[in-house]
Order: sequence, then structure tokens, then C-alpha cells
Amino acid sequence: MSTSTSAPAGSRPKPPSERARRYAGFQRRGWIIVVGAIVVVSAVRIVTGTDDITSANTLRATILSACPILLAGLGGLWSERAGVVNIGLEGQMLLGTWGAAYFTYWYGPWVGLLGAAAMGLIGGLLHAIATVTFGVDHIVSGVAINIIGLGATQFLAEAYFSDLQYGGPRQLTGLEGLPFATVPGLSDGLNNLNGQHWFLVSDVAGFLAAFTTRVSVLTIIVAVLVAVTAWLLWRTSFGLRLRSCGESPAAAESLGVNVYRYKYVAVLVSGALAGLGGAFLALVASNGFTTNQAGGRGYIGLAAMISGNWRPMGTVGASVLFGYTDALRLRTPAAVHALLLLVAIGLLALAAYRAYRGARVAAVVLGLLGIGFLLWFLLTDTVPREFTGMTPYVVTLLVLSLASQRLRMPAADGQVYRKGSAG
Amino acid sequence: MTFVRRAGFGLLAPVIAVVIAMLATSIVIVASGSDSGVGDFWRIILAKPPNRILVNIVNQTTMIYLAAVAAAVGFRMNLFNIGVEGQYLLASYVAATFAGAGLLPGPVNVVGGLVIAVVVGAAWAGIAGVLRVTRGVSEVIGTIMLNSIAGILVGYLLDRYGIHGGNQVRTHTLSQGSQVPGWTPFTAADGAVWALDLLAVAVGIGFWVLLNRTRFGFDLRATGMSQSAAVASGINVKRMVLVAMLLSGGVAGLIWMPAFYGSAYTYGTTFQAGLGFTGIAVALLGRNQPVGMIFGAVLFAFLTAQSNSLTLQTDISASVVLITQGVAVLAVVVAYELVRRYRTRLEQRAVAQVSPDPTREGVAA
Repeated sequence: MSTSTSAPAGSRPKPPSERARRYAGFQRRGWIIVVGAIVVVSAVRIVTGTDDITSANTLRATILSACPILLAGLGGLWSERAGVVNIGLEGQMLLGTWGAAYFTYWYGPWVGLLGAAAMGLIGGLLHAIATVTFGVDHIVSGVAINIIGLGATQFLAEAYFSDLQYGGPRQLTGLEGLPFATVPGLSDGLNNLNGQHWFLVSDVAGFLAAFTTRVSVLTIIVAVLVAVTAWLLWRTSFGLRLRSCGESPAAAESLGVNVYRYKYVAVLVSGALAGLGGAFLALVASNGFTTNQAGGRGYIGLAAMISGNWRPMGTVGASVLFGYTDALRLRTPAAVHALLLLVAIGLLALAAYRAYRGARVAAVVLGLLGIGFLLWFLLTDTVPREFTGMTPYVVTLLVLSLASQRLRMPAADGQVYRKGSAG
Repeated sequence: MTFVRRAGFGLLAPVIAVVIAMLATSIVIVASGSDSGVGDFWRIILAKPPNRILVNIVNQTTMIYLAAVAAAVGFRMNLFNIGVEGQYLLASYVAATFAGAGLLPGPVNVVGGLVIAVVVGAAWAGIAGVLRVTRGVSEVIGTIMLNSIAGILVGYLLDRYGIHGGNQVRTHTLSQGSQVPGWTPFTAADGAVWALDLLAVAVGIGFWVLLNRTRFGFDLRATGMSQSAAVASGINVKRMVLVAMLLSGGVAGLIWMPAFYGSAYTYGTTFQAGLGFTGIAVALLGRNQPVGMIFGAVLFAFLTAQSNSLTLQTDISASVVLITQGVAVLAVVVAYELVRRYRTRLEQRAVAQVSPDPTREGVAA
């Protein structure tokens, strides 16, 4: 309250330099956070003696866990930016896993990628027809698509994979993999450095080693897709129009934007990206297809996008966080215990920051949570590994409930729009 | 509009949807190139079920119907409780643990278990409700997250406190005095219609009374039709959201109870997951109407039960009925929307015909 009343009356336009200054400040703060985080993580590693929390292997596993989530999240970003909520991502991802397996088996992994995207696209098309053309509620259509996706993959797997070599009614393994890329000289040196367990140096080396050792081509494609998405949606007139459909479709239509067409494009791309996420699961993160392979990652992707404030880099950040907890859970339970200290420090730092900014309630809640985690760390020796699996869901609920004022979803997100409403 | 005409419009959409779902299923079977044809499929699915399967259909129908009512309570006011699945999962586990512990004697234990199930289901849904009301967190996202958390939580608790035997884990078995097996219409080998299936009847009647004969039901429907109108007429929407969420979760808690007291007696591999999502689908199919959902529940239970015969007699996978069910749901919501648009246009035309010329433009605009 006090901040809004003390602000100057908004009659004068702000000089452009202020915006640039704020942006620079924002960037500087970003760097401080990144460097601070590395120092803290490294210190926690030394104190707790769990080298696994920044080992190159853990970080590589993180990439493998994060990419499918990120692809689903990007899919969610496309459709929600155009105003269509797509909780059918899970079903589209499942269709993608089957498409990847089928087309890779018969035509090789590159066609497999296309097949996965095409299967996801079909799921997206169903969603677009129902929500855009027929004005069905987005959630309702999404639920139906998830049911269809699960049923269709089970049925298709039984129909097409049962008689194949290495196949069965519920799985298909022995698929030809996608190529990997390793940066020759750097990779060995960095891995070696990571193995030394030095303060800071080894942690950074581990991080870099993960990105230079046996990186799947699909991982590189994912990185490109993130960049392309960010550029297309925020730096081109196509993106501006697409986002205008998510903010105010009536206004967009009155300016001559074909709202239905943009929504269709967005939802189709969304489905295709989710389908690629399925391909990542079947071809890169594991060595074959199994039924219900997505296992809720479509929903986690949606959560990553929401926690990431409907922005590409936010989605990347949340996906990596969720992928990291997943990787740690699968690798070493001991490392999970060290994670408690990390979480405690993070929460206390956040509490201090919020207190400094005058948000007393949030600061107290965060502070108490932080102390709770600290006590948990000090009083126990192990953490049930199941609990780490909850991280994405709990984080999403916390982010949504504690920072909802800072999140801003597209204004017309989830609303049914009928052509001609602009009058 | 006459009653017959209105009923006709009401039935039009589900009929269209079922026809489309049947067509889509037939196409899928032909396209998958199975040795047995579409004719075989429909012959088996539409055959008169044997006694054992009839009993199974009745039992499944009641559980699906409970799940559908749970979803429909929220849907009627445009509140999407996607978390029915997680709510009944957690409630079933806690109730089974409580009842299995045998703290209460015989029949009291049954009532105690049911109360616990309702309370746990309501509480889990209530988290999403409170987050929505106090922090503005979308109930869709909230319940989806809580679904996953419930799954992990139950997995952990069962592993930690359950009885391990072989590679299975389960809770303590219900004592004989607290079991409610039910009624055997045919031979014992054909199984029993569970006594607690009556819960579904009670809940169904309760839902109808709630909707049509109470102030709360009126408010619920009003909020669903127009939130702004509801607010303007003095309905406390926040309170409605919370109460609807609690009711929805409470009913969800009951879903698996007939099976638990009727034949499972323990929570473990006997637990039937997935009913929550089936319930959502049936609620959509039956348009959240107490009577409509009965037909939806029977249809889904029938399809699932009959599909088991497919594996024995043909090379068609039983999971093909999942496609039938999914397509039926998608088709029905589209069909409802089309019928609604068509009706609106008819009504507009009717009004335009009876009103004098000057207002005609106003109607058209």
C-alpha cells in the first residue's frame, strides 16, 4: 500500500533511460545470484562431504531429466501464450513416446523424432478443434485428451509392438539411438578437474563437463528450440500477434489478426513439442518405449511453465530445478540429505531478502520453513528418497501461493473466444 | 419449448457422441489390421454378459458413479476438481489403515472407516480449496499437484508402515466382524454385489436433493451459470468454492470403500487406481446431472468389463475401449456445445418472429 501511494503521479512519461538502467540492474542482480548460488552449493558440498551434488554425472543426469519436462513446458508456453490452457500435454507426450518408438524402429531415429512430433501434433489438433473451433472448456478437453492419449498408446503398443523383436505388448527396446556429441579436448580435462573436488573450481568444471561430454543431439535441439521460441514469441510480429490472442483476443481481432489461426498454430506447436518430449523419454533418457512412460511429466512441464511465470527462461530454470531433484533422487539418497541444507540456506536467504523488501509475512513464512529444513538436516541422517520426488509439486504450490502477485499469466488464458466477439 | 423437445435436445448430444465413439473405435480396429474384424469386436462387446461379469458391472458402476458425483459437485459451479484421483487414493489408504488396525469393534469400525475416508478426502481437497480462496491458486493446478503428492505420500507410508510379503506391501487385514460382503445374486463363484454399493445410491439421491431442493444447490448452479450474477445476488463465492471443494473431496473419499469392505479387506495390490479420472469422464458424459451420470457410469463399467473377453477371444487389445471412452467424452462435450449453439439460434429466431420490427435488430446484435 505505502509503496503505491508514494509513487509519483503517472502523468509524466518515464524517460527511456530508466528502463535501461533497471534492466542493467536486473542483469547485475542475476549475476550476483548465480555466483552466490555456486559458492553456496560448493560450500555445502565441502561441509557435508557429498561430492555427488555437483558431480558431472549428476549434472548430466539432470540434463536428461530436465529436457522432457522443458519440452512439455515449452509446449505449454506456446499454447497458453495464445490463450489456450493445454493440460492435454501429458496425453500428447504419451502419443509422442509411441510415435518415437514406432518410427525409429522402422525408419531410424531422425524419422522417429518427426514421428513423435507428428503424434503429439495430432493430440494438439484434437485439442485445437475442441477448444478453438467448438469452444469447449479447455480443462475438459485436456482431460479427455489425456484419457485418449493413455488409451491410444496402450492399444497401439499392443497392436504394433507385440510381435517385434525386443518388443512386447507394453514395451519396445533395442531402438537405434541418436548420436552424441563430445567436445574432444575439453571434456576429459573438465571431468578430471571435477574429480579433484576442489572448492568452486571442481563445481564449475562439473557443470561445464556435463555440457561437453556425450551430449545428445536432441539436447542440443532442445536448446535451439528454447532460443527459437523466445525469439519467435517475443521478437517477431508473428509472436506479438500470437501473444495478443492470449492477452486480448477481441482487441487482436479488431486489428485484423486471425485469432483462430494463431490459436491453432500455437496449440499444434504445443502438441508437437510435447510429442518431442515423449521422444526424448523413449530415445535419449531411456533405451526404449514403455507404456505410460510420461508418468506425469506433462503435468510437471505445465508446473515448470507456471513456476517460470509463463516465460521461456523461467521455464528453463524451473525445469532444471525439477530435473536436478529427480536426478539426485535416482542417484544417491545421501546427496538428498545434503540438499536439505541447501534448501534451508536458500529459504533463509530468500526470507532475508523479502524482509529487506518489507514483505513481513512472506519473510516470516519463508524463515520458519528455512529453520524447519535446517533442523531436519541437523536432526536426521537420511531422507526418504520418495520425498524428493515431491519437490516439483511442492515447489509449484509454494511458488504459486507465496509469489502469486509476481506471477502474471496471459490475461485471456483459458477463456473461450468466439470469432466475431470483437463486434 | 415443450418437454419432449427439451428432452430430445438433452439426449441428442450423448447419442451423437456414442455413435462417433463407436465409429472411431471401429476405424482404429480396422486401421490396426487385426485378424479379427470389427464385427467380432462389436459381437463380443455387445454380447449378453455372463453372471460373473454382470456382478462386476454393478460393483464397478457404483464406484464410477461415486467418482462422477465427486467431480460433478465442483463442475456444476465451474470448479475443476481434477484431484479426485489423489483424494480417493489418500482417503482409501488412511481409511484402510484405520479400519485394519481394528480400534473399534465390528460395525462401528465400518462407520468409523467411512467417516475417516470422507474427512481425509475432504481435507486433501480442502488444501486446494484454501489455496484457491486465500492465495488465488488455480484449483486445476493445485489439485493436479496434490494428486502427485498423494501418490508419493501413500507409496512412502505404505512402504514404511505396511506389511511386506514377497514383493507386495499391504495394510493390516480387516477383521471378520467389520467385513460387509453383500448379496450373492447367482452362485458364490460369480461373486457378490457389495452392500456398500448402496452408498452410491445414497450419494446420488443426496446430490439430487442438494442440487434441486436446497439453497446451497441453487447457489451452486447459479455460480456455475454466471459468477457475476451470483456475486450480484449476494452469493459468497469464496465460501461456495471452499464448501464445494470439501464436498467433492468428501464424496471422493468414499469411492473405493464398497470394494474395501466388500472384498478387498486390505489396501495393497487390490487397490483399483484410475477411478478418479474415469469419474471425471463420466461426469462430463452425464453432464453433471445425477441421472445422466448413472447412464454414463453403466456405459463405462459395461465397456470395461466386456473388454476383458476381447483378450481371450480375439487378438484385439482390451485397451481399445479406453479409446472408445476418451473419444466419447471429447465428442460429447463438443456435441453439447453444438446443440447449445443450435438451440440458442432457434430461440433467437423464435423471439425475433414474435417481437415487432424495431426490437428485431436488438435481438440480432
